[in-house]
Amino acid sequence: MTAPPTAAPMVNATRFRAAHQATWERLEAIVTRIEKRSVRALGEDDLLALPILYRTTLSSLSVVRETSLDRALQTYLEQLCTRAYFQIYGAPGTAWRQLAHFFATGWPNAIASLWRETLVAAALGIVSAVLGYYLVRHDPSWFYSIIPPELAEGRDPSASAKVLKGVLYGGHDSDPLTTFAAYLFTHNAQVALFAFALGFAFGVPTAMLLVFNGLTLGALVEIYVSKGLGAMLGGWLIIHGSTELFAITLAGAAGFRIGLAIGFPGRASRLESAIVAGRTSGTAMAGVVLMLLVAGLLEGIGRQTIELDWQRYAIGTAVFAGWLAYYYLPRKRHGLA
Amino acid sequence: MAWPRRPRPPGARSMRRQFVTPEGVDLRLELAGAGERATAFLIDAVIMLVILVAATIAIAYLADAAGSSALSALTVIWLLGSFVLRNGWFILFELSGRGATPGKRLLGLRVVARDGARLTGGAVTVRNAMRELELFLPLSFLAIDAGESRLDALIYILAFCWVALFLFFPLFNRDRLRIGDLLAGTWVVHTVRGTLADDLVGAATTRQRRIFPAAALDLYGVYELQTLEDVLRRGSDEAIVTVAASIRHKAGLPDDGDDWGFLSDYYAALCARLERDSMLGHRRENKFAAAR
Repeated sequence: MTAPPTAAPMVNATRFRAAHQATWERLEAIVTRIEKRSVRALGEDDLLALPILYRTTLSSLSVVRETSLDRALQTYLEQLCTRAYFQIYGAPGTAWRQLAHFFATGWPNAIASLWRETLVAAALGIVSAVLGYYLVRHDPSWFYSIIPPELAEGRDPSASAKVLKGVLYGGHDSDPLTTFAAYLFTHNAQVALFAFALGFAFGVPTAMLLVFNGLTLGALVEIYVSKGLGAMLGGWLIIHGSTELFAITLAGAAGFRIGLAIGFPGRASRLESAIVAGRTSGTAMAGVVLMLLVAGLLEGIGRQTIELDWQRYAIGTAVFAGWLAYYYLPRKRHGLA
Repeated sequence: MAWPRRPRPPGARSMRRQFVTPEGVDLRLELAGAGERATAFLIDAVIMLVILVAATIAIAYLADAAGSSALSALTVIWLLGSFVLRNGWFILFELSGRGATPGKRLLGLRVVARDGARLTGGAVTVRNAMRELELFLPLSFLAIDAGESRLDALIYILAFCWVALFLFFPLFNRDRLRIGDLLAGTWVVHTVRGTLADDLVGAATTRQRRIFPAAALDLYGVYELQTLEDVLRRGSDEAIVTVAASIRHKAGLPDDGDDWGFLSDYYAALCARLERDSMLGHRRENKFAAAR
């Protein structure tokens, strides 16, 4: 039993293919070109055609899903639409525009929106610094339990004023300055990223890191103040510390934001609240890493070459004021950041 | 006694996820499995390690040649370079238009925002900053010696369990999200690049077709049709012989010696029949559903 060959196709899927295959293939060619090279490789015609081709193909997919039983065709259209979708909706803007947006609004807005957490983190740091100060003043043996000896580099309660002063103004003769700056930056940035990531555990480890940092600072300040070197230490610290400690506080604040969002999501679902917090604090952290780069330069180069106290104070304060202005001064907001 | 298992909804284990475009069409993305993710990461890690080792050797060689004058500059390059490599590798590659590191590209994976919007710098940063917690924290634990006393050992074990929880987090959720994915609102999907396969029905219109009795076409539904499509497309002789024999046996048709031709014609006839029925509002999903 056989039927004569007929010109008319047996199923609609064949007719549908014949009508639209050229569209799909053109879209596929364009998408492949973007994937292999970039959007810039497209000519004007192709660029204008892309959204239209994409929508036509998407509607083909809907039709095929409802009417055709050809699974290979359906899979092909699904894959093609997905690839086109990511090229049209999923691609980030050009690198320059992203960078410009980051510096103009993304970074300062993200930091400004963390102000509550920043206050908490700052308070935590200051309180523990004061605590460290009084602990060591009350009983100098506390110093050894707060600061590990390899970090102290001979700066402990038994050291003479001369040794302590030498650290403040001596510079690192053996270390070339730029190397020292680079080392400080990479080390601090890695620690800050770590403190931020720990925020996921409801912020508890982040708080512990901030407290430890404050205690160390307080203990160090005490041994200098007790030898009458307080003002000099202030200059030594402030030139880079105003940036570095601020950055660490912000890293802690970003970590807290994540911990809080997961612990207390409010009206949003836990997942949604985590995503909003995550994206804001991710932007903030990118900024913190840049701040630490500045701090590393100030500490490694600025502090080692500038030895006058008033200049150190002036630079430290000016930089700090600059950060505050950049983050918190009201600015025109272009929609939501 | 068998433990009473909660019945699992069908398809819950599948890695396909609903993903509706602004045009209102569900693209049904396929998520990457934990194994593929780990493999992609390992590939990246190996590439990064090779780059680091090669750069270190090159810089050491240069330093040797240039003497101590260039030493500090080279140290700075090395320090900054390794920092950028460790933190920037993932961020920069994922922020590029491809949304994937070389390891992910090799396995056909891509990072995508779960809400379908474009990937932002903040999302990519947080996704990769969390790697500190997920990977480097557990690794640093492995480097620490457990203390001598029993209490130290206990604390060590507890801390390690806590840390391992972050490392194995993707295994504990349906969407294989890392903690970084969770916070960034991203997931990792397959990007498959397929080509349009031939039209099995339309290809053979120039040939004489077999005609099948209605009873023979009542045997199967869409599921069986698509399985037959797979058999034909794969083209394995053994499978074709077996399937042709079993269809002939079921439909009570004589063997004409041309298995391939028989199956192609049967596929076309069944496809036309099922398509017509489904246009009329009676889509028969599989052979267990009633025929019209």
